[in-house]
Amino acid sequence: MSTAIEIPYNSTERPDTGLYNAKLGVWLFLASEVMLFGALFSTYVLLRTGADTWENGAKIGLSIPLATINTLVLIISSVTMVMSWASLKIKNFSRYKLYMGVTILCGAIFLVIKGFEYAHKFENGIWPSTSTFMAIYFTMTGLHGLHVIGGLIVNSYLWGPGSKMWKTDPERFTNRIEVAGLYWHFVDLVWIFLFPTLYLLPGK
Amino acid sequence: MSDTHHEDVQSHVKTYIKVFVALAVGTLVTVLASNIHLGIVLGIIVALVIATVKGSLVAGFFMHLSAERKIIYWVLVLTAVFVVVMVGLIMFTRQDQQGRQQGIFAVPQGHVPAHLAE
Amino acid sequence: MTEAHHHEEHHDELPFWRHYIFSTDHKIIGIQYGLTALVFLFFGFCLMLLMRWQLAYPGKPLPIAFLTKMLGESRMPGGVMAPEFYNQLGAMHGTIMVFLGVVPLAVGAFGNYLVPLQIGAQDMAFPKLNMSSYWVYFIGGVVMFCSFFVSGGSAQSGWTSYPPLSVITPQSHSLFTGQSLWLTGMVFLITSSLLGSVNTITTIIQLRAKGLMWMRLPFFVWAQLVTGFLLLLAFPPLEAAGVMQLMDRMAGTSFFLPTGLVVGGKALNVSGGGSALLWQHLFWFLAHPEVYVLILPAMGIVAEVIANNTRKPLWGYKSLVYSVIFLGFMSFVVWAHHMFLTGMGTAINAFFQTTTMIISIPSIIILTALILSLWGGSIRFNVPMLFALAFLPMFGIGGLTGLPLGLASADIHLHDTYYVIGHFHYVVAPGTLFALFAGIYYWFPKVSGKQLNEFLGKLHFWGSLVFMNGIFMPMFIVGMAGVSRRLYDGGTSYLHAQNVLYLNKVMSHSAWGLGIIQLIFIVNFFWTLFAGRKVTSDNPWEATTLEWATPTPPPHGNFLKVPEVYRGPYEYSVPGAEKDFLPQNEPDKKPGDLNNRGKK
Repeated sequence: MSTAIEIPYNSTERPDTGLYNAKLGVWLFLASEVMLFGALFSTYVLLRTGADTWENGAKIGLSIPLATINTLVLIISSVTMVMSWASLKIKNFSRYKLYMGVTILCGAIFLVIKGFEYAHKFENGIWPSTSTFMAIYFTMTGLHGLHVIGGLIVNSYLWGPGSKMWKTDPERFTNRIEVAGLYWHFVDLVWIFLFPTLYLLPGK
Repeated sequence: MSDTHHEDVQSHVKTYIKVFVALAVGTLVTVLASNIHLGIVLGIIVALVIATVKGSLVAGFFMHLSAERKIIYWVLVLTAVFVVVMVGLIMFTRQDQQGRQQGIFAVPQGHVPAHLAE
Repeated sequence: MTEAHHHEEHHDELPFWRHYIFSTDHKIIGIQYGLTALVFLFFGFCLMLLMRWQLAYPGKPLPIAFLTKMLGESRMPGGVMAPEFYNQLGAMHGTIMVFLGVVPLAVGAFGNYLVPLQIGAQDMAFPKLNMSSYWVYFIGGVVMFCSFFVSGGSAQSGWTSYPPLSVITPQSHSLFTGQSLWLTGMVFLITSSLLGSVNTITTIIQLRAKGLMWMRLPFFVWAQLVTGFLLLLAFPPLEAAGVMQLMDRMAGTSFFLPTGLVVGGKALNVSGGGSALLWQHLFWFLAHPEVYVLILPAMGIVAEVIANNTRKPLWGYKSLVYSVIFLGFMSFVVWAHHMFLTGMGTAINAFFQTTTMIISIPSIIILTALILSLWGGSIRFNVPMLFALAFLPMFGIGGLTGLPLGLASADIHLHDTYYVIGHFHYVVAPGTLFALFAGIYYWFPKVSGKQLNEFLGKLHFWGSLVFMNGIFMPMFIVGMAGVSRRLYDGGTSYLHAQNVLYLNKVMSHSAWGLGIIQLIFIVNFFWTLFAGRKVTSDNPWEATTLEWATPTPPPHGNFLKVPEVYRGPYEYSVPGAEKDFLPQNEPDKKPGDLNNRGKK
């Protein structure tokens, strides 16, 4: 009475929806993440409109050059991520390893730069408690940073031990990279909005 | 979808590179624009428009949203509606600052009862 | 079609801990959710039984010596409930019932167990994710439970945790305070819900059996689908808010602390500039859809039980489906009716009042369709049906009493009074909980192979119905007399409430009576499991939906043969058919049959 369960549409697409399960799953998850960061953005809006004064990021001590570099780093990692998936599509595993490796490296660089930024602030006595600007800055970038860490862990697994699946089930593995890629691009997308909001918007 | 021809992927790759260049340019533009004194409202609009364009490129091309299935679109549209509702309606409830000329939805003069006006 | 499958060990050969503890089988996970949720429901109920002593006999020592000793001097000094402890009981009763009891039971247990079965699937789309959702819920529950035992006790600012009170109670940066643990627990619970909802939605969309078109889905599955979207999109803002409140408590930020706050005569040493209302917005943005999460699965269960026990199709299936979808959507745009008195201004009040009135329409359509489904039916008054029938007027009362609350001007008098407590308890207690009981009695034979005792079930039903009304009906009276909620003395110090105070005793005695009646259920439950009579049929209720087309209990993989669906979910009493029910997966007997009516 015991059967090995096989969940359909794990690797192949269901005809009427055109999707395989994990792709729908990850987009649903991303929708919830949009609501999460959306709530933080609405917090930013409410705190800012309710404040008497609100400084521009650079004037408060945020480093625009570092953040610009970080933005470019993430964009590069997004390109290399999608290239790693494309490599698998044309069955080039070593290219995949290369591109995924660069993606992971870029993610790590992002975190290191972020670490510098945070350390610099703490050294100068600037903490989340210093002002509502700093509170929302640390919370938004902190939560984003946690998401980067999560993505790094997943990507590292897929680069390392997880890549064994390429030999046993290449289609399913390729789909996994696509799904991981969708998450990673989302992390980049959030930063694309975080960067101008926190660093570039004029004060009042 | 197991046999993807090299040419297909090659053309995709070309697109990815083009998008990357656009994103890099967009980043530089947005930084430069922030150095110009556009005033608060225009500054915010410019920054958000550029961010939206960049975001759409990432979503459309890297995330393949431009070729995605209807169901995904509907989920995202629904989400977008709720985000707008959440951010928008919360902004409109700022009248708890009645009597003070605060924020972008301040109570206009003349609507404040005399005993509350400062 | 891929050739590689995941070589899973034969399910029977898994070691005990992987078969029963860390199982990826949706049925076992469903049972885990169910048992854990029932324990938390019982615990949350006991918190209330304790509170009701203080409300009925304010300032009198509890006459149960061992209980007083167990709780200790700090909680019950001289046997009399301390006000802080009363507040802890109140906050945790709400939290536990909603987040650790009803939702895990309605969605985690019933949803997980039944959805794959009713759509003809072998399991959920992501079995391992399913297992993780349960364990994350479990951890959240443990964290919540442990919060009682840290210094200062558990959270005590209401289940709504409004700042500034929740931020300054107590003033401590430590994680090991009741409120901070509450926030941490919530993060776990929200994560569990999110993972679960991704699973439910993907499963329903992707794993429907052949022939199971959208309009052939049992209404229970539609309800779970909409509920999944509510959980998916409404919970994240609360997660964000929870993180921010944790930051306010532990990192000294001022997300929710306004400028110039003075506590105990001293100005708070924080930056200020925050907004207490921001919390309320983000909290209620979730908490309003959350109440629809509480009711939708219940409506789904009632629909199934009514169709089965009237031996006829549900009235207005399409209306039910469109209404539940519309209801789900509208639930996102009504939240500030919980904030009518916060000074948002008349324009915004009017907006939310309007959407709130509009949302009552699909609710009423659903209730009406369920009531009309009874007309002309051959009604079988078994225990599940009794609970399902009682749901209808009880939910009706709950819903109707919500209307004055949804009108901003009436709400001025009723907000934060016992009227509100009466309203929402009618919907959740003799509403949802009755539906869940109906579900337990109905599906017990499929899950366990045994049928709960009918006589004990009827005792449980009638006793619960009487006492539920005894507890909650007086609340409308007490509320309209002006007694506020969360009052430690139950209104004793209110001059204007003196002549309704006796009702506190009525309510408390009814609550204790309700508790005694639940013992009947508990006895029935365990006795049947261990010594009850086995059912002789895989389909003892002669139902049409796919979960009854499995062996009893269903094995790993559920169906002996992958089912194919030929008709809608409620083909009862079809003219010309041999039996008074046509299972969804039974093929048509001959072409041109009356059964093959060409309906979608």
